[in-house]
Amino acid sequence: MSAKPRTLLDKLWDAHQVVAETAATPGLLYIDLHLIHEVTSPQAFAELRERRLPVRRPGRVLATLDHSTPTTPTDDLGQHLYATVEAAAQVEQLETNCMQFGITLHGWSSEHRGIVHVIGPELGATQPGMTIVCGDSHTSTHGAFGALAFGIGSTEVGHVLATQCLLQRKPKNFSIQVDGKLAPGVSAKDLALHLIGKIGVNGGTGHVFEYRGSAIEALDMEARMTLCNMSIEAGARAGLIAPDDTTFAYLKPRPQVPKGDTWERAVAAWRTLRSDQGASFDRELRFDAADVRPTISYGTHPGMVTTLHAPVPAAKDLQERRALEYMHVEAGKAMTGMAVDIVFLGSCTNSRLSDLRLAAELLRGRKIASGVRMLVVPGSAAVQREAEHEGLDRVFRAAGAEWREPGCSMCIAMNGDLAKPGQLVVSTSNRNFEGRQGPGARTVLASPLVAAACALAGCIADPRDFTLAGTEQAA
Amino acid sequence: MKPLTTIRSRTAVLAHENIDTDRIIPARFLTTTGREGLGRFAFHDWRYRADGSPDPSFALNLPKARGCEILIAGRNFGCGSSREHAPWALLDYGFRAVLASGIADIFRSNALRNGLLAVVLNEGEHLYLLKHPGIELAIDIAAGTIELPDGGRFGFEIDAFARHCLLQGVDQLGFLQQHAAQVEAFESRREAEA
Repeated sequence: MSAKPRTLLDKLWDAHQVVAETAATPGLLYIDLHLIHEVTSPQAFAELRERRLPVRRPGRVLATLDHSTPTTPTDDLGQHLYATVEAAAQVEQLETNCMQFGITLHGWSSEHRGIVHVIGPELGATQPGMTIVCGDSHTSTHGAFGALAFGIGSTEVGHVLATQCLLQRKPKNFSIQVDGKLAPGVSAKDLALHLIGKIGVNGGTGHVFEYRGSAIEALDMEARMTLCNMSIEAGARAGLIAPDDTTFAYLKPRPQVPKGDTWERAVAAWRTLRSDQGASFDRELRFDAADVRPTISYGTHPGMVTTLHAPVPAAKDLQERRALEYMHVEAGKAMTGMAVDIVFLGSCTNSRLSDLRLAAELLRGRKIASGVRMLVVPGSAAVQREAEHEGLDRVFRAAGAEWREPGCSMCIAMNGDLAKPGQLVVSTSNRNFEGRQGPGARTVLASPLVAAACALAGCIADPRDFTLAGTEQAA
Repeated sequence: MKPLTTIRSRTAVLAHENIDTDRIIPARFLTTTGREGLGRFAFHDWRYRADGSPDPSFALNLPKARGCEILIAGRNFGCGSSREHAPWALLDYGFRAVLASGIADIFRSNALRNGLLAVVLNEGEHLYLLKHPGIELAIDIAAGTIELPDGGRFGFEIDAFARHCLLQGVDQLGFLQQHAAQVEAFESRREAEA
């Protein structure tokens, strides 16, 4: 046996390699969990039908509806108010596909329905040591659990449905070491944006990130998910964090994790899922968490970021100049004070209970600025229930925000939730591409706390300028 | 997938860096259950003005870009989402190859699986092609060469298996299915260990 120290990625890869790659052929990688949704799966099922193939392991597939689904309540007749007939047809197609191929669908009637990357962890379907794929680039989210998780195309969705395997070459190892402590009010979202600003939107191409160091270990699971979620925005298909007691504590009460002795054995095995001392990485980056400040995007990709009060950097080229023009942003001036039309709190990046709590804390007892529309879209039915149980829905509503049904909503803006041309959206989602939130819409990526502050102020604002209701004297 | 061995065409150039998949095909056109006919949505919000008329200033709307099968794009083409609708749209639009100095991982994988040649060039070669839009190139996939009008040649590398699949029109699902016994053995071994 070789005693060569291995990285976490090496270990996950080795454990799932059915056939090793050669110079001539990629390897066969076994997939433990396959997440599917309505947008990227229909063509894959069509392929299966054409070839008269069954789904090889229906029990390893978890399906839900999230992208095309309305976030408004049903009408008086209980009908879902789809934006288009195509969206309705797409959802119906997934319902039919799941029924015909024996797959459990967390659909409209399920109490677990929600954004695929929110419900996987909630159910405990996402577990350390797994390989997880989905026809969705933000599958990187699940790496927070020490699972190798990445997005695939629809052809590959078909491959996994039919064979439970993918043809893959192993990506390279990239260590992101963050030590020190994040300042109060600085979140995993700020950390992610800071990192992408540092290495660029293609800085991770061909690599899998492993986030390590004391600042990472200090993050709770929801914060780790936010960070891993954004790995793809730096070009890395996957991000990993070694599982630890924080991971196990999160997972233990979840319905789909092993119970009793099996749980103990699973945890013992999961504890070995960390990079060995002396394991070598193809690339390494280190920085101090204390250097991270509340960070927002100012341009049209997630690498164009700045801190709240810092002047927007000068355009380096024609394209950056065009991005500033599109955003109506002026180089040399801070983003603070810029008028905001819409605030979107949601998406697989920032729609979990802790995100909603952070925003609600700031909004409690206050009103959002007149003329600002704020949409709060919980990531799942479970998040929605828990938030309502805590009364967060009432806080949002009292502040003047809309409390919506779960889904992807304005992050991808294909369900009818979108901004008008020229409107400025402060969004807790992951992509600020031109037109992403509607043709001509301008997106500023931010943390939930910054988003809430912007809603209150009616312009780009610093949450530290607001004291928390009821805690004026504290801390 | 039909075999693809050579491509001979003039080039169209979109020099912008980081052309993301939302630019290639906006998300609102993803509410389809098929993969056909998406070319009309390719670069939609770039190609068309808000009133629906073609934007004459957009590079692909210029008469000389008509019928070009080779797209020369800026660095980090195809970043963003995993939507395979992006290569489907480009293929349906008429492109057979995308050449850039960097291509996002998922897009590249999706492109090659659909018979859209996606090639990463070195900076110098890339810059040359960006600066000479409309020249005719002859791409030989087996040889891994791009021939220029003046007889000059660039070499390129793509994954050996991807090249084999393009040249032979290999059905990758069929290839995977040939390993069914090994997958069975892998599953049995894991069950025994659990």
